[in-house]
Amino acid sequence: MGGNTRAGRHLEPPVADSVSFSVPGEHGLILAANVPLLEMAGIEKRFGDVLANRAVDLKLHAGEVLGLLGENGAGKTTLMNILFGFYRADAGRISIRGKQAVIASPADAIAHGIGMVHQHAHVVDRHSVAENLLVGWPGQGLRLDHGLVASRLGEIGAAYGLVLDPARKVASLSVGEKQRLEIVKALFRGARILILDEPTSVLTPLQAEGLFKAIRAMIADGVGVIFISHKLNQVRAITSRVMVMRRGAVVAALPNEGSLTNARLAELMCGHELKPVRREAVSVGPIRIEARGLVLQRHGQGAGPSPAIELAIRGGEILGLAGVSGNGQVQLAEALAGVRPAPRGTLLVDGMPVPRPSPRSLQGLGLAYIPEDRLGAGLVAGLPLEASMVLPRIHMAPFSHSGIVDRRAIRAFAQRQIEAYSIRPSSPGIATGLFSGGNQQKAIVARELAFEPRILIIAQPTRGLDVSASELVHREIMKLRSKGCAILLISDDLDEILQLSDRIAVLYESAIVHEATADAIDAAAIGLAMTSGTIAARSSAPARLEVQPC
Amino acid sequence: MLRLSFERRDETSVVRNLMLPVVAVAASLVLCSGLILLAGTNPILAYWTIVKSAFGGKIPITETLAKASPMVLTGLAAAVAFRVRFWNIGAEGQLLVGAMLAAFIGARSELPAASLIPLMLVAGAGGGALAAMLPAFMKTRLKVDDVVSTLMLNFIILYAMMALLSGPWKDTTTGWPDSPDILGAAEFPNLWRGTRLHLGVLVGALAAVATWLLVRWTTLGFAIDAVGENARAAHHAGLDVQRVTLSAAAISGALAGLAGVGEVGGIQYQVMGSISPGYGYSGLVVAMLARLNPLGVVPAAIFLAAITAGADEMSRQTGVPVFLADVIQGVTLLTMLIALIFASHRLRIGWRAGRRAS
Amino acid sequence: MILDQILQVGFFAAAVRLAVPLVLGALGEVFAERAGVLNLGIEGIMLLAAMVGFTAAYFSGSLWLGVLAAAATGLVMGLVMALLCVVLGLDQTVVGIGVTMTASGLAYFSYRLIFGDGSIPPSVQPFPTVPIPGLSAIPFLGPVLFNQFALTYIAFLLVPLASWFLFRTPAGLALRTVGENPYAAASAGIDVGWTRTRALMISGTLVGLAGAYLNLAAFSSFSFGIVSGRGWICLALVVLGRWNPWSCVGAALLFGAVDALQLRLQTSGAIDVPYQLLLMLPYVATLIAMTLSARNAHAPAALMKPFRSEDR
Repeated sequence: MGGNTRAGRHLEPPVADSVSFSVPGEHGLILAANVPLLEMAGIEKRFGDVLANRAVDLKLHAGEVLGLLGENGAGKTTLMNILFGFYRADAGRISIRGKQAVIASPADAIAHGIGMVHQHAHVVDRHSVAENLLVGWPGQGLRLDHGLVASRLGEIGAAYGLVLDPARKVASLSVGEKQRLEIVKALFRGARILILDEPTSVLTPLQAEGLFKAIRAMIADGVGVIFISHKLNQVRAITSRVMVMRRGAVVAALPNEGSLTNARLAELMCGHELKPVRREAVSVGPIRIEARGLVLQRHGQGAGPSPAIELAIRGGEILGLAGVSGNGQVQLAEALAGVRPAPRGTLLVDGMPVPRPSPRSLQGLGLAYIPEDRLGAGLVAGLPLEASMVLPRIHMAPFSHSGIVDRRAIRAFAQRQIEAYSIRPSSPGIATGLFSGGNQQKAIVARELAFEPRILIIAQPTRGLDVSASELVHREIMKLRSKGCAILLISDDLDEILQLSDRIAVLYESAIVHEATADAIDAAAIGLAMTSGTIAARSSAPARLEVQPC
Repeated sequence: MLRLSFERRDETSVVRNLMLPVVAVAASLVLCSGLILLAGTNPILAYWTIVKSAFGGKIPITETLAKASPMVLTGLAAAVAFRVRFWNIGAEGQLLVGAMLAAFIGARSELPAASLIPLMLVAGAGGGALAAMLPAFMKTRLKVDDVVSTLMLNFIILYAMMALLSGPWKDTTTGWPDSPDILGAAEFPNLWRGTRLHLGVLVGALAAVATWLLVRWTTLGFAIDAVGENARAAHHAGLDVQRVTLSAAAISGALAGLAGVGEVGGIQYQVMGSISPGYGYSGLVVAMLARLNPLGVVPAAIFLAAITAGADEMSRQTGVPVFLADVIQGVTLLTMLIALIFASHRLRIGWRAGRRAS
Repeated sequence: MILDQILQVGFFAAAVRLAVPLVLGALGEVFAERAGVLNLGIEGIMLLAAMVGFTAAYFSGSLWLGVLAAAATGLVMGLVMALLCVVLGLDQTVVGIGVTMTASGLAYFSYRLIFGDGSIPPSVQPFPTVPIPGLSAIPFLGPVLFNQFALTYIAFLLVPLASWFLFRTPAGLALRTVGENPYAAASAGIDVGWTRTRALMISGTLVGLAGAYLNLAAFSSFSFGIVSGRGWICLALVVLGRWNPWSCVGAALLFGAVDALQLRLQTSGAIDVPYQLLLMLPYVATLIAMTLSARNAHAPAALMKPFRSEDR
């Protein structure tokens, strides 16, 4: 493939009358139209046996936004980490304004005018905004140049509308402001090539619109932006070209024209058409789990007690909990599962109050909980997969008898579940941490669903999974539903919620601010409730979620 | 600039795992031979002298085993504690508690003679357990750093013991800071006539097997590993993290306490200031060499015991300071740690291009 | 009666004198921990540096050469810590124990090799106190603060210097950033490994100075128990001082006072207990202080977390 710059240049559409020359140096503002700002050619990167990038070519022009799409594990992040000097490519070359560049460290990348904005802002909470901007700033001598911060912040604020107070501690910034800081940090260093890695995943739609405004101002200024996102609508809204990666390779590079649809992009990303899981009518049973007057613990400055939450889920029903992440989803799930009991409120299972909720007492009542942080809260990376798979039930038959572990029963169970869920590699003795994210998720689903829970709390069930694994998990959730399990589905992915839920509740600042049944969904109202807590529909806070029999 | 990076190995090889401690020990001995050369002695001769004086005959072998038995117990103590990620550096202090209680009970003539040895074992184990549970409780409840708290307790217990020896337990006839001798009935029976291979050695061996059974075949052992590797996941799965940690700490302290009982009942028959030449700290090295495997603790302890037992004779014969044994212990701990990282990771060496000109 | 013992100029002067190795050690530990590395080798490094410093002073006849040798020993040991904890990314707890065991063993080994096993330990003429003209004449404060060893003045002058470096300079900011969020530091172009290595070099040097002080100012000969847990106590002082040089000095002075008190009580015979119980006091105080300050959440966020840029 296009292994060198010259060959790549010939593939460009010929531009009449343009003289191909480039201005070397840091401030080469006058560029020939056909010399890309950035060109990566033939990039290859191997991790152990996995080829994370194979023969990847990427071109970015000044003043354009390039959308970079692909499923998790497709190799986007690896490619960007190579560009930013975190990884070194095994093969391939990088040219900036037509000149080959050696990028062996982030310092090199910064010197070449590359800035990277990470999905989770790489900022120091305990330091001030100014300190975060000044760290690593070259040529400061023995004094931190606070004057420079003030003047540059003013310029950047005026140019792109990205305003920040240099004296504030980062810990007091909102998620959106932290991200603004991350972008300002890159611009502060004079970035002309800006990598945005899933910048909107933590933003509300309103905040995202603010970000887009800033991006438009930047490209008008001649900055080139690489925009990585899963949110296809946003990709189509902001980019001029789109590049799709799958299994480490580029599978498509297309202009963003009117004919480009979400479905087409999704198909390119996964390699086949998506077949959504169908929700069949199921007769709902009695209320399985109910929370009355549940008050969640909130952390952060000035966070008072949350308004009381009332919710009830019946057997055979999926309650989808929508909301922007960080609005109390984890706390609610942990309170219901007994992991971190709520300071106030009553938990009832099958109409009986649970006196002292704990993970074990609720397990005993048939509750299974699959947390979003699989490797942090679910599995044990350092132990064999089989051990991770029996962790919650190790004290019970068949896995142990009066305190003595039955290793054969454990192995048999693990092997059975590995087969049923086609977990790869299929060896139960391998350390859990060595499995891929998708296989880990399959393992935890296999573990929790093996004993037919009567209540399931599942958070972000398909985050980081490829399409086939996602389908498998969705099918299993549906199977449980038809068996009469009461299911609480927590997801950042509104599409997933809309697809699976019988009822939808919206969590905003640790309160349920909106609820709707599947037959009367108003997506706009849900979106509004998610982002602003405004109750657009009929309910009033605190919303009592009444169960509507189908 | 030289740049090293590590890549996780996906596969682990049994042979490589078994070879690790051997490689670590060999590397350590090679490194320490530099010191022997400095002392003007041929390293091979010095090491050979150590081997001969540790294993050359019935008495040397049994002496080495007798020295290994407290190291087996403190090694097990460290292994159990480290498995649950309770950094118990306090085996030394817990050993002293066990020794003091053994000396106290062993000298009670009002107790039935036949009950003395069992009572010494029970009290020593119990005292050691309590001494370890205090810092474990401080860790789980009050979030007090366990490394520092167990180290401080070592000093506190040592000084408490010294105060006891120079106060109430002082030998009034000689004036030495030694405790009264234990009764004849409290002295551990010998396993082999003419040697000092005493009951404590058997206790150590049984403890190794029992700890292995605990770790590998009981739900508590399973829980200890789960809590150690990921306490949060263990809590989510319904395990009582604090109880598991405290249980492991109790077992750890009890094992260390038994080491002290063995020294009093089987070797010294009294407590004095030098009752432990750092067995508690040796236990840390033993546990790491054994990769926290209770059965591996036995050969690891015998190795360290041979080094320390043989170093005395080696020092007498060659003039190399006896402290060579301490250096070998420390260096072995470090080489083992390095060997472990190479077992799970592949090293990549690269050169970084010159730094930015500006 | 006990109060009489305490409220004397001599007591306060002794408290300051005994606090010096703790001040130096705690400052050293602050540098390491602020950069995200627990320097648990501190106890052994202090001992080895004390031994090397003493030997150098003994044979050269120059105390300052001894100080230099101790500092250099600390620096080299800091590099060893960096190799193990930063380059290889090994578990910092176990490394610290291993380094302490190795360094202590080396100190004993070489001392015995060099000086043999004589009954009279070799000694040097220790540093004299240097009264500062004018200031030392101030009643009470003069003898307490301004009639000390030269190393004492240096130790206390290092405190504002360390504070200025950590909180006011770009290099200090980089050091604190790798201890809080190495990823943020790396993406700002900072070489995390090299920054942590430099922090450990500073840390080792300061700990080495503490060792020099013990042998060349506080005592005139080397003994195997010369450090006896002072390094470990520094770890607790850093927690107590919330990783801030000034607060650590406050904590160190408090502990110097506890140490001075137990020494006074021992020599005066004012209370009739075995002296070992008095020796125990600083360790008990440490344990209590740790319990009281444990819940504070001021530890650097990346403390004890190795950083490998390319580890999957």
